Amino acid sequence: MKQAKAAAKSATDTKSNPKQNLEVDTTQATVGNRFCENPKMSMRDVNVFYGDKQAIYDVSVDIAKNEVIAMIGPSGCGKSTFLRSLNRMNDTVDGCKVEGEVLLDGHNIYQQNLDVVELRARVGMVFQKPNPFPKSIFENIAYGPKIHGLADSRVDLDEIVEGSLKKAGLWEEVKERLHQPGTGLSGGQQQRLCIARAIAVSPEVILMDEPCSALDPIATARIEELIEELSQNFTIAIVTHSMQQAARVSHRTAYFHLGKLIEVNPTEQVFTMPEHQLTEAYITGRFG
Amino acid sequence: MSNSTDNLQKIKSSLKRRSRSESRFRWYGRVAIIIGLAAVLALFVDIISKGHGAFKATYIQVDIHYDGDRLGVTSSADKSQLMQANWDALVKSGLREKFSDVSGRRDKRQLYKLVSNGTGFDLKEHLVANPLLLGETESQWLLADDDIDTYYKSWLDGEPYDARLTKKQIQWIDQLHQQGDIRLQLNTNLLTRGDSREPEQAGIYGAVMGSLLTLLLTLMLSFPIGVAAAIYLEEFATKNKFTDFIEVNINNLAAVPSIIFGLLGLAVFINFFHVPRSVPIMGGLVLTLMTLPTIIITSRAAIKSVPPSIREAALGMGASRYQVVLHHVLPLALPGMLTGAIIGMAQALGETAPLLMIGMVAFIVDIPQGFTDPATVLPVQIFLWADSPERAFIEKTSAAIMVLLSFLLIMNISAVWLRKRLERRW
Repeated sequence: MKQAKAAAKSATDTKSNPKQNLEVDTTQATVGNRFCENPKMSMRDVNVFYGDKQAIYDVSVDIAKNEVIAMIGPSGCGKSTFLRSLNRMNDTVDGCKVEGEVLLDGHNIYQQNLDVVELRARVGMVFQKPNPFPKSIFENIAYGPKIHGLADSRVDLDEIVEGSLKKAGLWEEVKERLHQPGTGLSGGQQQRLCIARAIAVSPEVILMDEPCSALDPIATARIEELIEELSQNFTIAIVTHSMQQAARVSHRTAYFHLGKLIEVNPTEQVFTMPEHQLTEAYITGRFG
Repeated sequence: MSNSTDNLQKIKSSLKRRSRSESRFRWYGRVAIIIGLAAVLALFVDIISKGHGAFKATYIQVDIHYDGDRLGVTSSADKSQLMQANWDALVKSGLREKFSDVSGRRDKRQLYKLVSNGTGFDLKEHLVANPLLLGETESQWLLADDDIDTYYKSWLDGEPYDARLTKKQIQWIDQLHQQGDIRLQLNTNLLTRGDSREPEQAGIYGAVMGSLLTLLLTLMLSFPIGVAAAIYLEEFATKNKFTDFIEVNINNLAAVPSIIFGLLGLAVFINFFHVPRSVPIMGGLVLTLMTLPTIIITSRAAIKSVPPSIREAALGMGASRYQVVLHHVLPLALPGMLTGAIIGMAQALGETAPLLMIGMVAFIVDIPQGFTDPATVLPVQIFLWADSPERAFIEKTSAAIMVLLSFLLIMNISAVWLRKRLERRW
């Protein structure tokens, strides 16, 4: 409920922001290349409501396989809300309602008989603040495989843990202290631990909600490298506040404004010659 | 420039005022703590000074001749013989021998009153334990009557209280004291026996057992129910008017005077379900009703204090809500829940009013062995003793309070210890 109110509040705040008195018709449809062939996920006319307030308006976009798509936009534009509706994390928010279709490999994830447990095993998530469980490093990684029954034996589990930590580039740093608390690591290490935890169940899509906003530049660079490596095996949707980060890590960039998807284009194009006036205004720093 | 020095001046002058009010504020706190500590100290000093005497009892040394012919006992294994024998006669003859100059029925009766009227049974048990004593004479320390006990203790303290004794009895006690045949000994009766109308024989053990049984049942019922309710309300229930209504009701129940729960127990459990009265089951049920709101409220607070990021992390991994609760929320909330449970139990241990309503105020001599035996509990025992006219019960009452307080202390210390231990893991 609180979250809903906060989101609604920030949405109205941006409305009254005097800085953005651009006279642009935001009712028009999204510009750019938003659809692709054989998408991993495709969203059609997605509307998200927090109680009576609408946070997302008619968003339609595809995410290609093994693509990194960045979602940018001013605070309160609904990019996190949209991201969280891709693996139904919004279900836990009271009063949150999602309309429209979100397809994962052609199947709607909002259909009645779908089990969110399975969905979230296929669409993993990394949060803004590193949130390792108050358990050992090993237990943190092993948790997902354990609850989904992915490991047949202890040896299997050890392999999964080692493999995930290696993929997350954390193995060398923690291999000597796998059984010490995950909360004892540094912020950057904790976030990589969370990424390792997410990839331990071999998801198809990883959602990242501002994964670097709580980290220092060095730790951020480390995570960005990691995202690039991961994009070989996973489809990644990342929400970020930093345009530089979007420019560095993503293949395509989606620009959100007041709950609407304004523009989706290859990243290079978005940052060099945006199609939409609002996108241009945002990336040139006229508001945000 | 002058403006900024002006400001500095103002800040400097306000500093003094601020530090003064801060130190005043600190002193308010200190005074509050001193008052609190003084009250607790006064309570403890009062209770201990009154109650410490009860842990000792007066004993009189008398030569007892286990005369088989006189008792009509030929073998100490024969139960019917033992039952019929006049054991008091042994005590009386022992006393008569000690004070051979006493004659006349009146004086003799006074003499017999020196020792507790339960002494005969003690001798019987002693003989059964030591069968070889049959036919022998042994010098034994016999429990003195409560009036003698009260007088002797007060006399040792220099303020003799002799209102209940005759001049002759006082004289005999003097005589015994000079011979070294009267002394204070550890009072084992206090902690090993049940209640009695005779203060010197009355013990707290029955009430302790009653309290333990009642509390055990209360814990077994209220902890699982309370924790389950708290988890459901916090983690699963959708927030709507109905759950708001339940929440308001639980909070109100926690503030309901405990005697109301006693009335409820009387009406529902005894009159409707015909649960027997005065038994630990009944006490446990009523105290469960009383403790539940406390446990639910503290458990909910403990669950609320688990960071939401942990829940999100688990949900994001694909854990079901049940797994989130079982694997993450419960382990983190458990120390808080246990603390709440122990505080609730401590409250229940000290509760008297609701138990008065359901008949746990009865005079019960036997030690309760199970949940269905009539029993009383510590605070009710204190109430009963405090209400008794015999002067000797004054120190007994304080001693019982000391026992109750030490139980409470143990529970509170274990609450702190448990919390520390469980929280230390990470």
